[in-house]
Amino acid sequence: MTGVPARPRGYRQQPSLWWWMHKRSYTLFILRELSSVFVAWFVLFLLLLVYAVAGGAERYQSFLDSAANPVVIGLNAVALAFVCLHVVTWFNLTPQAMPVRVRGRRVPSAVIVGSEYLALAIVSAFVAWLVVG
Amino acid sequence: MAESITLEVTRYQHDVDDEPWTQEYDIPLRENWVVLDGLNHIKDRLDGTLSYRWSCRMGICGSCGMMVNGEPQLTCAAFLFDYAPGPIRVEPLANFPVVRDLIVDIGDFMEKLPRVSPWIVREEEQPTSEGEYLQTPAELDEYKQYSMCINCMLCYSACPVYGIDPDFVGPAAIALAQRYNLDSRDEGAAERLETLIHPDGLWACTYVGECTTACPKDVDPAGAIQRYKLSAAIETAKSYLLPGRES
Amino acid sequence: MPKRQVEPFAWLAFSAGGVMAALFVPMLLFLFGLAFPLGWISAPSHPELLDLLSHPVSRIVLLGVCVLALLHFAHRFRYTLHDGLQLKAMTGVIGAACYGCAVLGSVAAAYLLVIYL
Repeated sequence: MTGVPARPRGYRQQPSLWWWMHKRSYTLFILRELSSVFVAWFVLFLLLLVYAVAGGAERYQSFLDSAANPVVIGLNAVALAFVCLHVVTWFNLTPQAMPVRVRGRRVPSAVIVGSEYLALAIVSAFVAWLVVG
Repeated sequence: MAESITLEVTRYQHDVDDEPWTQEYDIPLRENWVVLDGLNHIKDRLDGTLSYRWSCRMGICGSCGMMVNGEPQLTCAAFLFDYAPGPIRVEPLANFPVVRDLIVDIGDFMEKLPRVSPWIVREEEQPTSEGEYLQTPAELDEYKQYSMCINCMLCYSACPVYGIDPDFVGPAAIALAQRYNLDSRDEGAAERLETLIHPDGLWACTYVGECTTACPKDVDPAGAIQRYKLSAAIETAKSYLLPGRES
Repeated sequence: MPKRQVEPFAWLAFSAGGVMAALFVPMLLFLFGLAFPLGWISAPSHPELLDLLSHPVSRIVLLGVCVLALLHFAHRFRYTLHDGLQLKAMTGVIGAACYGCAVLGSVAAAYLLVIYL
């Protein structure tokens, strides 16, 4: 056979820029990945708190006032929702990514996920006890 | 005539069509018919020019994978009744170049697969006189799940990372690498790591998890990739901490 | 021996940060972001909170949470931009920007928690 084929042999569809809108599971995936932005926002918020507390009672009060601004409260509510999405997806995927063995036997997924939630409950209770007193 | 259902089938001929188009066929809706039976009916009775791949029609050969209503499926396992009243959209597997109608070019995968040495690698073959390599049921259990792969390409079709970046080694190849890594008889883990530690290897995966959802054989490529990431990261960390050590 | 690469370490830090974020962020964000501002629970007084934050263990734990959570963010957001917006050609720029933010944030966190406080 000689000559160059008139057209490319296969038709390749260009992936759409909106591929993550095409399927519910893809959209959930992108939302899960975007939770990282709100994790970063939390770090910023925490550092602002540390800065305010270190700066004295007055600056701490003004931090509390600005945290009570409806826009900030709204942002933090959205951030908390995304962080919860992160927690649920992260814990659910752990047994798949990291099989745990005890004495040669594979630990059931439910036990791994359950102990992660238990750890979350313990850490949360301890943090709340420290902060609220 | 019995009740019927419409198949919206993608047609494409590279020397005639600029891009794929859709042709509708009405086929009988029968309780025990799968989409593949519908395509065979079209080919035999309605339109002999339709092209598609199939062989075993029992979920073993892995050649009849297509997009059915936008989801990668083995058409021999997709019952018409589950999609009634239709219409059912039948398209070639996503993320691969279309050669003709429902046939895609999987040459890319065929080129990538041998890169991960999907066979048992031994530094030294033990002589036949020593007998077979023995394995306990627990050792078999380690990799058995990953050995069920039939190379049907549904996972590649479900993977958005592969769709965006065809250089990505992809789910099945990594799961097959893991199948041999976890085999107690194999000694090729370091060799495979060289290939898969490349940026287009393991690290391109962002754990969408759709490969595992799509897999008709419960191979769980997503889990295999994550497990491999962990061991690859540990191996790399070791190579820094123990620079003299040859792996 | 595997070629020397940073990606495995970026991934390990991402994973560690994911665990830290999952364990520590929900309660802290709930308290300081919603419960105190909305008056559901009364906020701790300034001396109490200063006392708590100044404790060496609090400083170390918070610094660890901040640094790892930022590295978690950098890794995940980099791939989100890379795949979500198909910016493969800009991998280098995206990586530098994301990890640049994480490093700046970490330096700020270290300064605030170790020296300034």
